[in-house]
Amino acid sequence: MERLRRTMMFVPGSNPSMLKDAYIYGADSLMFDLEDAVAINEKDSARFLVYNAIKTIDYGNTEIVVRINGLDTPFGKDDIEAVVRAGADVIRLPKTERKEDILEVEAVIEEVEKKCGRSIGSTKMMAAVESPIGVINAYSIATSSKRLIGIALGAEDYVTNMKTKRYADGTELLGAREGIVIAARAAGIYALDTVYSNVDDEEGFRREVRLIKQLGFDGKSVINPRQIKPVHEIFAPTPEEIRRSANIIRAAKEAKQQGLGVISLNGKMIDKPIIDRADRILQLAAAVGLYKEAEEYEK
Amino acid sequence: MKNSIGREIPEEIINGRALYGGEFALNEEVAKAAPKVKPVKPNESKLLNSIEEAIIKTGLKDGMTISFHHHFREGDYVLNMVVDAIAKLGIKNLTLASSSLSNVHRPLIEHIKNGVITKITTSGLRGGLAEEISNGLMEEPVIIRSHGGRARAIEAGDIKIDVAFLGASSSDEYGNASGSRGTANCGSLGYAKIDAEYADKVVIITDCLVDFPNMPASILQNNVDYVVKVDKIGNPSGIASGATRYTKNPKELLIAEYASKAIVESGYFKDGFSFQTGTGGASLAVSRFLRDEMIKKGIKASFALGGITKPMVEMYEEGLIKNIFDVQDFDLDAVASIGKNPRHYEIDSSFYTNPHNKGCIANKLDVVVLSALEVDTDFNVNVMTGSDGVLRGASGGHCDTAACAKLTIIVTPLVRGRIPCIVDSVNTVITPGESIDIVVTELGIAINPRRADLIERFKDVDIPAYTIEELRKKAESIVGIPDKIEYDDKVVAIVEYRDGSIIDVVRKVK
Amino acid sequence: MKVIDKSLAGTLESSDIQIILMPAENGGIEIELKSSVEKQFGRQIRKIITETLGKLQIENVKVIAVDNGALDCTIRARVECAAYRACGIKEKYDWEVID
Repeated sequence: MERLRRTMMFVPGSNPSMLKDAYIYGADSLMFDLEDAVAINEKDSARFLVYNAIKTIDYGNTEIVVRINGLDTPFGKDDIEAVVRAGADVIRLPKTERKEDILEVEAVIEEVEKKCGRSIGSTKMMAAVESPIGVINAYSIATSSKRLIGIALGAEDYVTNMKTKRYADGTELLGAREGIVIAARAAGIYALDTVYSNVDDEEGFRREVRLIKQLGFDGKSVINPRQIKPVHEIFAPTPEEIRRSANIIRAAKEAKQQGLGVISLNGKMIDKPIIDRADRILQLAAAVGLYKEAEEYEK
Repeated sequence: MKNSIGREIPEEIINGRALYGGEFALNEEVAKAAPKVKPVKPNESKLLNSIEEAIIKTGLKDGMTISFHHHFREGDYVLNMVVDAIAKLGIKNLTLASSSLSNVHRPLIEHIKNGVITKITTSGLRGGLAEEISNGLMEEPVIIRSHGGRARAIEAGDIKIDVAFLGASSSDEYGNASGSRGTANCGSLGYAKIDAEYADKVVIITDCLVDFPNMPASILQNNVDYVVKVDKIGNPSGIASGATRYTKNPKELLIAEYASKAIVESGYFKDGFSFQTGTGGASLAVSRFLRDEMIKKGIKASFALGGITKPMVEMYEEGLIKNIFDVQDFDLDAVASIGKNPRHYEIDSSFYTNPHNKGCIANKLDVVVLSALEVDTDFNVNVMTGSDGVLRGASGGHCDTAACAKLTIIVTPLVRGRIPCIVDSVNTVITPGESIDIVVTELGIAINPRRADLIERFKDVDIPAYTIEELRKKAESIVGIPDKIEYDDKVVAIVEYRDGSIIDVVRKVK
Repeated sequence: MKVIDKSLAGTLESSDIQIILMPAENGGIEIELKSSVEKQFGRQIRKIITETLGKLQIENVKVIAVDNGALDCTIRARVECAAYRACGIKEKYDWEVID
């Protein structure tokens, strides 16, 4: 089963209390931030906190992502060393503009993996695109490394570079969002949307989540536990979708058992993309308790 | 000797008293005590010039029992004012039977040291006074009584109040007293009503003397001996806060959401159900989630009970709650409601939850949501002592409503900072595990194995479920294993169960 | 490593511990601890501080710790951070030693 990445919750790496508790809210991934959320003179202390937290705390099935400082800062290399050794699932590189950015970080990761005896390639990567040039290079970034599991949009810097700001309807981000999703889909990796910073505006947040779901994103970056449930609700399939998908998967299984090459349901042929989509829908449904594999769904 | 839940009670403490033997083990016929009454003739005035004068007129003497209520909470001036005056008059060796005590009553430390107060019974103890008592300030152990237990003890004559000094937000010169219509308003005077009925002498202390008759009144003139006007009875901001707001703390909200889901799936959530929620963050937030569910499913509650806050009043005004039974108000919206909403009833603590009357309202309670400092793997709950063994809480109506309600839910985080809240054995038992049905934490719920029916019912419900032992282990894996608190043999407090039996003792911390 | 300067790491927030390290010529590791959970975890907190300093081969130091219920992993992080700061190391840490 592929991993769900509907929600990636940002957690400041400098806050022990949040590092301790963040996993209980059910986000698919947690992103411990060593970059923008941490003041320059606390980069070292946040790194030690995140390192020890990942090593010690049982985060269960939650995916642990760490946003590091770039290699063009004095902190990047130590960040990578600490995070790889601690055993983070994913290193997220901020402000990615070209594939070389990824390759440079990958080289450091590999060096550390060798040193500390982790298997090469076990630390995954994620790229955040936060500039016009990053959007232009999105596909080349997305295909730069086997470690790359996803590509995310960081909108705040991007809109400034674009000489605009964020509007409620999100038109200014449409090009970047499309660019990111298209690149991700072409490369076969995940696409994650940017944050929505007004935590108190749930309606605006829901509107944006519906939009990015429509565009094809896999999930959204969230900054508060309260934002998790709305995303999971909106990404949850409808009962009709679940019923149809369950039937498709059952038909596919039956066809396989009977050794049939062609799968059909109610006289219609079903091809692989439809099965993949059905599989994904059932996964999403199962994650919010709307579907159990053993259950029978009427045809 | 050990009581039925295995708590060791020293022989010298038992001294003829009953040991706890089960929620309803003591259920015999009881005789009510009756107060002495000095008749008041027409044309006699009850109005006195000072507290000193009232103390003298009531005939207060060494060794007697005085009582107070705690409706003014941290804003209370009355208790300290009266005890200061008593001390100045040289009266000693008194028993203080307050419905509760808090931080603001720190000056009692001196009066205990000076021998003015030698015995205390209360529901709560907090702050400096609590710490001093934990450290062995008093010769005689404090008796911790629940709200229902105190009402029972007064009616049974276990607490014989000689003089009740009862603060009132307003009163007329003949003693019709109210928690409203003054400058420092507290709404319901539910805990004071019982003192007024059973004390030999009753003194109303107010800073707002109004025209006769001050109606409707919480305390009626026929129970009042004297009325004293003072400058200020309390600090309004310490009495009732502005509107009580729902928490925004995500962990509390998560716990509340699980708790509300548990209630909805429990089988008790149906039209005409009744409920009580505490005022703690998570506990209060449960009522918001319930509200949404009630609207969605078209369910109305027959009554809400207990300490009342703005969210309860809103649900009443929306028509979701038909009646409010109010023993105490926590914010100004609740205070205002009691005066204007016809089915918002002021009740006394005996009607609320006294186990030995002919049926308290809590007996009709379906669901109660309560907080905890600690819960142990036998489901026993501590709301009285911190994890360091020091007194810092209140028994309140915890064990009362837990015993009565059909479904008792405890909401607690798994850990607070580095303190585990699910433990092997609580420091102090206030409510026995047999009263508890479901414990709700941010990780999920644990159902008491005594409730096989609920375990069966929750099999297919989408809430993470654990055994209480699993939750305890999880807490331990997060914070580590704390060192055991070391206690002296000296008992600093006796915890009385609502029926008068001894459920636990609090020992002096080393 | 040798402590050459006074250093501080951590905050007084809940779930955190503030560690102040001060150079000491000899006398080993001296810990002055104030904790909201002293009775339950004082022993454990001292143990973690001593262990962490030992791992970093710091032998003589005065530690002033103010704890508000930090977990062991937070205590380790704060001691490590304060130690490197006190030893004047700001980057290119020896992660073999820390790990």
